[in-house]
Amino acid sequence: MQGNDKGGAEARYQAQLNEGRFLIQRCSDCNHHVFFPRVVCPHCGSAALAWVEPKGTGVVYSTTTVRRKPDLGGDYDVSLVELDEGVRMMSRVDGVPPTDVKIGMRVRAKVVDDKGVGMVVFTAEDAK
Amino acid sequence: MSLKDLRGKIAIVGVGTAGCGEAHGMSDLEILTQAAKAAVEDAGLAMKDMDGLCTANLNSAMWPLNVVEGLGVRPKFVDGTNVGGAAFVAHQLPAMLALNAGLCDAVLVCYGSTQRTATFGRKERSAARILLDPDPFQTPYKPFNPPSSYALIAARHMHQYGTTRRHLAEVAVAARKWAQLNPEAFARDPLDIDTVLKARMISDPLTAYDCCLVTDGAAAYVMTRADRAKELRKTPVYILSNATAVWHRSVSSMRDLTVTPSKDSGERAFAAAGLGPKDMHMLQTYDAFSINTILALEDLGFCGKGEGGAFVENGAIAPGGKFPVNTNGGGLSCVHPNMYGAFITIEAVRQLRGECGERQVKGAKTAVVNGNGGNSASCQSTSVLATADAL
Repeated sequence: MQGNDKGGAEARYQAQLNEGRFLIQRCSDCNHHVFFPRVVCPHCGSAALAWVEPKGTGVVYSTTTVRRKPDLGGDYDVSLVELDEGVRMMSRVDGVPPTDVKIGMRVRAKVVDDKGVGMVVFTAEDAK
Repeated sequence: MSLKDLRGKIAIVGVGTAGCGEAHGMSDLEILTQAAKAAVEDAGLAMKDMDGLCTANLNSAMWPLNVVEGLGVRPKFVDGTNVGGAAFVAHQLPAMLALNAGLCDAVLVCYGSTQRTATFGRKERSAARILLDPDPFQTPYKPFNPPSSYALIAARHMHQYGTTRRHLAEVAVAARKWAQLNPEAFARDPLDIDTVLKARMISDPLTAYDCCLVTDGAAAYVMTRADRAKELRKTPVYILSNATAVWHRSVSSMRDLTVTPSKDSGERAFAAAGLGPKDMHMLQTYDAFSINTILALEDLGFCGKGEGGAFVENGAIAPGGKFPVNTNGGGLSCVHPNMYGAFITIEAVRQLRGECGERQVKGAKTAVVNGNGGNSASCQSTSVLATADAL
């Protein structure tokens, strides 16, 4: 674990994101990748969860466009992305109109700064 | 002892509703109390006879205390488990166990919410809950929940199985047609498929008509042992079984977006009842969104996985169709005060008593009730109810 190693899994995950790094967990006993970050593996009960850097690529498993009035910021995407490590997370796909995000689309993670708080979003894998 | 040993041992003997639609100036507790009074009187009992209590509320973590105080009861058995709107179906099994063991003699299951008209209503509560009950791995992406979670489920179901927006619209229109036969229903204007398809999107692929109502409403019912039930005012409706399954909290944690815990709760409930989907005369399922009805039909075994869209085509679950579903108009068109599980139980009881007037399912002797709770079909609780003929 680089950087801040204080606190629980949730706090450590966020501290890494705030420094621009996206890490997930992998169980040292059963080898499953784990997301969201936990203190005990939900597959085998082991506490030996190690932080690993995911490849950062994955596929849109499902997607919705949340409708919002233009004066409040307009429509936006909410997607579930399945990382190539096999875990799924909620995120959004940037760089294309929300209604153009499709199930099966290959995407790549990036960490963005949202008012000082790091968060993972995705863009199309083939985007420049 | 197994679940099967409880088959038919407990009956629902009184039901009541209050404040459905809009209950201006009333509190959650006040309309709950009105519904409880109606249910107790329907059973021919008195409030002081209620020595068991099951209740929950979204705003209050210790809600059974509020209800005990408001009703003036001192229960020997209490269950305040909150698994979302499925709670008021899931309350049945602990109540059945307590009644069967003789720990108490009459259990009141009750709920009330004035989310539509209250000053501290749905919007305010949603904002407060983000702070009280954080969801740190979803909140940053601003899902508009619950619609967005069910939208993700619907989108995946459409992708995997070819389910269409027209299939979803069939569910909404069927619910509306039942509501038009129910004087208690809130939304009774005519509705057709094209209107649903052209309606304002909330969270794609769900339009406003694919989402349940936001209303006020209270519901209560009374459970007692079968031997005692026979001596009471109304014809008893027997609980053949109840089973609950809880698999996750958030849509991000669902293993397969197209399969709900009803797959498990339904299998256990039917096995204990000794009956199957083909024996059911109706389904009363929690339709928080149009996709819920399709998922329930599949997961409870009325059709195969992915076949729910085809099942509901051509008005199949509407009045006059091949299989009656949500005969009160459902959460989509009858009433939906946040947590709706007590209402589906009550509609099944009213149908099995033959009290449903224009919307009565003729000769109905069996019903399956399927509660849904949480933001993404997280908890499901299934009951098989029946008249004495099916015992």
